[in-house]
This record gives sequence, C-alpha cells and structure tokens, in this order.
Amino acid sequence: MMWAIVLMPLLGALIAWLVPDNRRRSFVLPVFALLHLAMTVALLVDTPPPSPAGWIFLDPLGKLSLLSSSILFTVCASYAVGYLNYRRLRPNRILCMAFLVCLSAMTLVTISQHLGLLWIALEATTLTMAPLIYFNHNARSIEATWKYLLICSVGIAIALLGLFFLAYSTIVAKQDVTLLLGSLISDASRLHPGWRHAAFIFLLVGFGSKMGLAPLHTWKPDAYGEAPGLVGALLAGGLVNCALLALMRVYQIAAASTEGALFQEVLLGMGLVSMAFAAVFMARQSDFKRMLAYSSVEHVGIIAVALGLGKPALFGALLHMINNALTKGVLFLSSGNIHRAYNSKSTQYVRGALRRTPWSGALFLAAFLAITGSPPFGPFVSEFLIVSSAFVQGSYWSGGLFLLFLAMIFIGMASTVLPVVLGKMPKDMQKSPYRDTVHTVLPPLLLMGVILVLGVWIPEPLRVLLTEAADLLGGGK
Amino acid sequence: MNTMADQLLVLCLLLNFAVLGTSRLAFSVRAVALQGVLLGVLPALVHPFSWHLVLIVVSIILAKGALIPILIMRAIRKAEIQREFEPFIGYIPSLVLGALFTSLAFIFAARLPLAPEHEGLLFVPASIATVMCGFLILMGRRKAISQVIGYLLMENGIFIFGLLLAEAMPVMVEAGALLDLLVGIFVMGIVINHISREFSTLDTSRLSTLREE
Repeated sequence: MMWAIVLMPLLGALIAWLVPDNRRRSFVLPVFALLHLAMTVALLVDTPPPSPAGWIFLDPLGKLSLLSSSILFTVCASYAVGYLNYRRLRPNRILCMAFLVCLSAMTLVTISQHLGLLWIALEATTLTMAPLIYFNHNARSIEATWKYLLICSVGIAIALLGLFFLAYSTIVAKQDVTLLLGSLISDASRLHPGWRHAAFIFLLVGFGSKMGLAPLHTWKPDAYGEAPGLVGALLAGGLVNCALLALMRVYQIAAASTEGALFQEVLLGMGLVSMAFAAVFMARQSDFKRMLAYSSVEHVGIIAVALGLGKPALFGALLHMINNALTKGVLFLSSGNIHRAYNSKSTQYVRGALRRTPWSGALFLAAFLAITGSPPFGPFVSEFLIVSSAFVQGSYWSGGLFLLFLAMIFIGMASTVLPVVLGKMPKDMQKSPYRDTVHTVLPPLLLMGVILVLGVWIPEPLRVLLTEAADLLGGGK
Repeated sequence: MNTMADQLLVLCLLLNFAVLGTSRLAFSVRAVALQGVLLGVLPALVHPFSWHLVLIVVSIILAKGALIPILIMRAIRKAEIQREFEPFIGYIPSLVLGALFTSLAFIFAARLPLAPEHEGLLFVPASIATVMCGFLILMGRRKAISQVIGYLLMENGIFIFGLLLAEAMPVMVEAGALLDLLVGIFVMGIVINHISREFSTLDTSRLSTLREE
C-alpha cells in the first residue's frame, strides 16, 4: 500500500505521456489526484506498520504533511482542467507529467524515515518543478527558472553535505553508521558534538533555502511571479511543506540532543528576519503575484518562529502549516484567474476584479483576509495560538515583534489587494476570453470552505493527529 | 595505499585551481570530469574490496567522468560559445580567494576529529575546499555554463566527503543521489539551450528583468 501510493502517480505520468490529445490529457490529473486522496485517507485510517528495514513509515508528522499535500494537489488538479482549457494552444504534456511525478516525490518525502531517501525525494521535487515554472516559455519565465534551479540545487546540495556530516558523526562516535531517523533520535546525545553541530548548520541552510526562509528566499518572488497560478499554489503549499517536513526531521534530532535550544534560537531569529523582509517588500508591491511570494516568505517565517518558541507553540506551528498550504492554494488559484482575465499582473492595470470576475475577486479578497490572520478563518486560530504561547512563555520581545510584523504585513498587503479587488475598472481594458466558470472557481471555493471550517472547528481526528505530531517534535515524550 | 589516496586528493585540489584560473569552458569541463574520475578511483584505495564498492566505482566514473561532461559539452556546442567573458570576479582574484578558502578548509578540518580508520587522510579539507571553490565559480562567473561547472565542482566536493561513507551508505541512497545529479544537469542543459535561444547569449547578468524597483 505504501509503495502503491508512490508508484500510482508515476503510472499517471506514463498515461499522460501516452495520451496524444492536448485536451483530453488534462483529465488524467484529477483522476489520479482523487485516487491519491482516497489512498491517503485509507492510509490515515489504517496505517501499515513500518517496513522491515524501517525506511518507510507514515508517522503523525508525515500524515499531516501527506494530507495537506494531497488535498491541495486534488484542488489544483481539478482546477487544471479548466485552466488548461483556456490555454489550449500551449502543449501541456510536460506539465501534466511533471505534476504527477512531483506528486509521487512529495508522497515519498512524507513517508520516508530514512534521511537519505528523504533527500533524494526532495531533490526530485525540486527538479520536477523547473519545467512547470517555465510553462509560459518566455524570457521572464526562463530567468525565474534559472534562478530557482540554481539556488535550490545549491541549497539542497548543501543539505546533502549536512547529511553526510550527520552520518559521519555516528562513525566518529563509534556507532553503526545510519541515517535512519529513529536511531538518530535515540542516539542523538551520543553523536560527536562537533560534527553534529556542523551538520545542523548545513541542514538548516540547505532546507531553509528550499523553504525560502530569509535571507535565502531570493528565488521565490521570481518563481512565484512567473509560474502559472496553479504551479504557484503547488510550490507555496506543497513544496514548502515538504521542505518544512525535512527541516522538522532535523528539528526532531536536535530536540533529542543537547543542542535543541541553540537550534531553536537560530530558527526563531531566521523566522523573525523572514517576517521583517516580507513586511518591507510587501509594501508598494506593484505585481500581485510577487506579493504572494513575499506572503509565503512571511508564513514560513511564522512557522520557523513557532518552531523556535518550542513546545507550547508546536501545535500552532503544525496547524499553521496546514492552514498556510490551503490558503495559499486559494490565493494563487484565484490570482491566476484574475491574471487571465486582465492579461496582466501589474496593479496599475488590474483594478476592480470584483466587477470583472466576481467569484475570483471575492475569493481573492477572502483568502487575503484569511492569510493575514483575520477571524473566522483557519490561520487566525493558528497564529493566535503561536502568539499567545510566546507571551505565556515570557518571550515578550519575539511576541511583540511578531505582532508588529503581522500588522505591517496586513497594511502592506491590503494596499495592494484592495485596489485590485475593489478599485475602479480601467476603461482601456484589453479584451480577454476569460470568464469565471465552474471549473476554475469551484475548486478554490471548496478549499476556502475547508479553511473557514478549520477556523471555527477542528475535527477530533485532526486534533489527535496534531497533538501526536507536536509530541513527536517536542522530543517524543 | 593511504599515501596514494592523499596524492589523488591533492591532485583534486590542484584541479580546482585549474578551473578557477581558466576562461576556456571546454577545459573546465574536462578538468571537472577528470576530478570525477579521480573520485571514482578513490574509494577503491581506502576501502576493502566488495561488490558494492565495484558498483560505486563504476557508476561514479560513468556518471561524472563520461555522461555529465558529454551533456555539458553538447550544451556548449549548441550555444556556440567557448569562453567566459569578463567574470564578476577576475581570474587572479579567483585564484587568490581559492587559495585562501583552501587554507581555511584545512584549519576548519583540523578542528573536527576523524574516525580512527581515516586518520591522516585529507578527505575532509579536500572536500570542503572543493565545495568552496565551486561556490566561488558559481558566484563569480557570468555564463550559465560556467555556473553549471561551479555547481558540478561543488557536487564533486560533497562526493569527496561521501566517499568516507562509501561502505556504510546503502546502495539505493548513492544511486538515487547520482541519478538526481544526472537529471539535474540534464534539466540545466535544456534550460541553457532555451536561454541562448531567447537571449542569443548565455550571459546571466542579462537575466535581470525580475528585480525589485
């Protein structure tokens, strides 16, 4: 069953390759996405025991990540049918294949308990995203692709060096060399401190650049700005969560060793810096898709801050991981619709989207309110949990800065989003065939519904899962 | 055996300087390929014989010594460029910085203890120095192909360290890492092709439309 969920999307990619017709090919995506979602639910309900060698196991952290990725992917895949219909002239074989291969790699990231295997899968997600960012085949998108490919490849290579350091620290400590998560955690305090220390730094830099933590985020605005909306959704919700999961694996080992406190302080610092960067660059942003990239930098920052605050904030961190992934999905998909309708993503031309595309405009506005932490949506709950745990813990400085940045970001983002949605439509608007239809509106609308529900009521199984995962992060007690 | 391994590692370090000091792309690719072959031979010298080891040696030599250089050479031919022009960091400063990084790598490595069976070997400083030199090329050059060469140099440095673990790592992880590297270079080659078609140059400093005003 575990292998089936990894291999099944690859089968889908093969089918997508074989289907000759551009229009019919896009239907492969939702079919396999729904299959994947069904298998995910089955695996969550009835989790198989770890594989004999202990490489493959779906633990609560992996479950959360798998669930959010699968939901997001299903939404993106259903949206893709409508979207690709508007862009019928552009060949989509590579897009469909890369999407499904990426799903397979993301799944492998969530179920692997061996850090080497996890690294391979994470690198595979990086590579499959490159052709997706380049979907529009123009000068701007190739520039974004090149930056993305180079920075992320280098980052992930540094993470590999960190993994080697970690493995070597077991040799120096005269233990059997291993990269299995379980044995690394149980022996964490016996690993050689020098090598372990170096390993943590390299891993943090490597996975941090893939996640887009400031100051390693420079590829993000370009890649998110130039990629089609649905690719942006997958980048900001799916890939970020995979990299975050990798970082949390390292966090687990650090928490079990004597270096947990130092690791947390570094994360706290990087998280606050990310939020500060986002607050500064979000203001006066004239491209509403690039603005979303800075919002993504902000939210990985928020999660890093929560991880840095430690135990009481971990529940909030994990909840925010899900909320952020889903809300980013709505933001990118609806902004993609608006982009199609105006043929522009500059805030100079794009005004009054509520008139031009009422549904997408309303969704964009609602998702903006959600992502900036307004009640009654999901992110409000998780951000509130994080802030309150900061103050309960007595970290007034971090809590205060956190709130300050949130306020700045709200104002900055509002000054871009509100004119786009509510402003007056320009008179000399270009004609565009795009109209809101069921295909392009229903998927993000359903997702918005999920975010709303998460804001008022967290289902009991999810709460149990979140608590278990937070316990895992907090050192397994 | 160990002195032999150390000599090969010193040769790897010298190849770094060869890449740092040249503007000719084809020469750089050959130097990196030679380094890759040396990397393939090294594990045979420090670890006892096993079939697992044979597999590693063959696959590293095949991937780093043959396949990847062929891919990059093809990209060079298609883009019809031979030389790096006006790098951000000149060749002489690159060499000086490279020497500085190499000595820093030795200092850094001296602070970290080795397992008894690797005592006295240069693996750690050679690895870190190569990674740093790769980084230097990545940041200091303009042409996309030069940047790929820098990335490869960095990967070579990481593999030098990985050789210490060659026996202990499961085959699947090594094979997966090599495969990822291969596909990565393949994708980069395609992107390079598109850059040269789109801009009729491979100068990445032209890639500057996307920035904050």
